[in-house]
Amino acid sequence: MSITWYLVVSALVFCIGAGGILVRRSPLVILLCLELMLNAANLALVAFSRAHGNQDGQVFAVIVMVVAACEVAVGLGLIVAIYRRNIPVDVDEMRELSG
Amino acid sequence: MAEVVFFIAAIGVIAGAVGTVALRDPFYSVLALVGHLLCLAALFLLLRAEFVAAAQVVVYAGAIMVLYVFVSAYIGRLDHAVGANAGPGLKGLSFAFAGALFVELMIATLGTGLDALGDEGAGFFPAFGSPGEIGKLLLTKYLLAFEIASFLLLVAAVGAVILARRREGLEPAGTISVGDLFKDPNRSGTIEDHEAGSMLESGGSPKR
Repeated sequence: MSITWYLVVSALVFCIGAGGILVRRSPLVILLCLELMLNAANLALVAFSRAHGNQDGQVFAVIVMVVAACEVAVGLGLIVAIYRRNIPVDVDEMRELSG
Repeated sequence: MAEVVFFIAAIGVIAGAVGTVALRDPFYSVLALVGHLLCLAALFLLLRAEFVAAAQVVVYAGAIMVLYVFVSAYIGRLDHAVGANAGPGLKGLSFAFAGALFVELMIATLGTGLDALGDEGAGFFPAFGSPGEIGKLLLTKYLLAFEIASFLLLVAAVGAVILARRREGLEPAGTISVGDLFKDPNRSGTIEDHEAGSMLESGGSPKR
């Protein structure tokens, strides 16, 4: 299989994730779409690692997974904290930081 | 053979991604993402990345998705459809942006001299991408990144606990917490409703 096919799939998933972040309003689903984008980047990394016959890209993908796990832990903690304080869990309602 | 597996897995990956974005209930979005991750692991296997595929299934689809399932069950169903009241103009603009991004990426991918890499990619040795090889790289060449990742995980775990803990005096009076459920036997959903004299009562009232 040509590497280009993997890159096309990766680009498609990345764009779906980016569109989802723009369209959806629930922070939980936005985090899920962020995962989609990170996974698309992971697929591109692994595909290039295979294309060059070099394993460094796979190590990079593992580190990206670690960062995604951290982001999920902190993000879900924030969502739970928001829900506990009876603030609507909706990114359009949270505009205290918008000045 | 590899082509058949690739196209099945790629269709699964894209369908999972579309399902994550388009499904109404966050719980189903999480399940769609699990399917997406499993199909992505198949793609990783096709690319000779055994360790990354195994980590994807065990860590991502196994552990991280459990967090998502718990949180989506905790905060319950939210009535957010796709762009519920964002306005049709904003929604169209979002899709136009995603489409423009895709076209741009396609130009970048197909327009460059990527074919010079060859169809099947570079040659690889038999242990390419195996856990032993990745572990050797992580503990020699990328030791600093490995240590930083471990420290980052520690900081994130502590931060998540601090963010999500129950604060004294911050909650308004009407908030339902797990401690309130145990205190008030009239509420449904506790063991005390059905089994009087269970272990929870014999140990005295649970403290918050």
